[in-house]
Amino acid sequence: MIRVLVAKPGLDGHDRGAKVIARALRDAGMEVVYTGLHQTPEQIVDAALQEDVDVLALSILSGAHPTLVPRIMDLVRENNMDDMLVLLGGIIPDDDVDNMMAAGIARVFGPGTDTQDIVDYIRERVPDDD
Amino acid sequence: MMTDLQDLVEGIGRGRKRAVARGLTWIERDSDQGKDLVRALFPMAGKAHIVGITGAPGVGKSTLVNRLTLALRNRGYRVGILAVDPSSPFTGGAILGDRIRMQESVMDQGVFMRSLASRGHLGGLSRATFGAVTLLDAAGFDCILIETVGAGQSEVEIMQLAHSTMVVLAPGLGDDIQAIKAGILEIGQIFIVNKADREGADHTARAIRGMLTLGMQHLEWFPPIIKTVAESGEGMEDVIAAIEQHRTYLKDSGRLEGIRDSQTRHLIELAVQDWATRALRLAEQNETVWRALREAVAVGKADAADAAKEIVDSAQRGGAPGGA
Repeated sequence: MIRVLVAKPGLDGHDRGAKVIARALRDAGMEVVYTGLHQTPEQIVDAALQEDVDVLALSILSGAHPTLVPRIMDLVRENNMDDMLVLLGGIIPDDDVDNMMAAGIARVFGPGTDTQDIVDYIRERVPDDD
Repeated sequence: MMTDLQDLVEGIGRGRKRAVARGLTWIERDSDQGKDLVRALFPMAGKAHIVGITGAPGVGKSTLVNRLTLALRNRGYRVGILAVDPSSPFTGGAILGDRIRMQESVMDQGVFMRSLASRGHLGGLSRATFGAVTLLDAAGFDCILIETVGAGQSEVEIMQLAHSTMVVLAPGLGDDIQAIKAGILEIGQIFIVNKADREGADHTARAIRGMLTLGMQHLEWFPPIIKTVAESGEGMEDVIAAIEQHRTYLKDSGRLEGIRDSQTRHLIELAVQDWATRALRLAEQNETVWRALREAVAVGKADAADAAKEIVDSAQRGGAPGGA
């Protein structure tokens, strides 16, 4: 069973996109932990650790990704959770994508992404071993 | 990577979050690894008090667990939480949303919370919940709170696992007759009327009391009925006091031992069901024989029980039905 944490770091108050993704992953047969709005990097990584998820899917619309993402990835490494796939969605300018990948994000999914592409991407990279 | 059983057992014994989390994943996978792990942890368990929290969807179970956890932490207890949500019967997927209402409590180092999907298991829990409790117990959590799937009237399996079962209700959810139907209300050792700031809370409390006094006066333990407002934390001290009193009652009356026996009995039952399910899956793998069995039943040459016997017998011989 593939387990995913869908998380909303930072202060933006819109989680429609995150909920659409959560629903699509559920309908693809995955178990999706959703933690709600306004999460700190510490809360998100702690939740991912306790839930032992295969995938962390971050949704950021506020423009705060240049500070939030590196902080989250530092905590991921501190906790030896490098085997977790970390994805980023939301409003991420093209110019920032390389920096996000360098910070450890596996893939950035922008507005208009077909949810099936996200499902396929996860299935290709995460072994479903039960 | 944490894949070695001995390392994992040691990490869990020390209460390390990462080890606890990975161990729970092993148990959820229902692999031989998971079974070996539970076996290794079993001697380390047996100290925790296990509290079940059940009730209809929307009565405030998650919010109550959050507040109760904060109150238990104030008293120095370490708290493990297992929250079960339903898996889709169609896709097997699930949305696990209990953490949303547990934000304040779960960041604490003395708290560990895991969301479990029911994965087709009926009864309000998931199959892995039983092993997961053993793990959290072995990890040194003093109190383990299990929040069931939002339960209707027959999800009563929690009573096979918990020492103290709390049934949570809210005002305005049905008339008196709902309260005297068989099922969930019979398993409560503590009743919580949550959202007690709303109209009708006294009426709900009275309806439960009325139901309980209809023939339960002879009980040694008369379930307390506690009004709470989980949103604001009102009533949590009363809830903890009730849990502690129930724990004392179980010890003094010698019933704690009886619970262990009924847990063991239920575990064996589950293992038998697992085994029969595996026999069925095995039978399904041989499509030719599986179809022949179905056709025989469909035309009345055999009945379902004959087919079941054939399937179980074949599994015992170590093969699919019709095989050598």
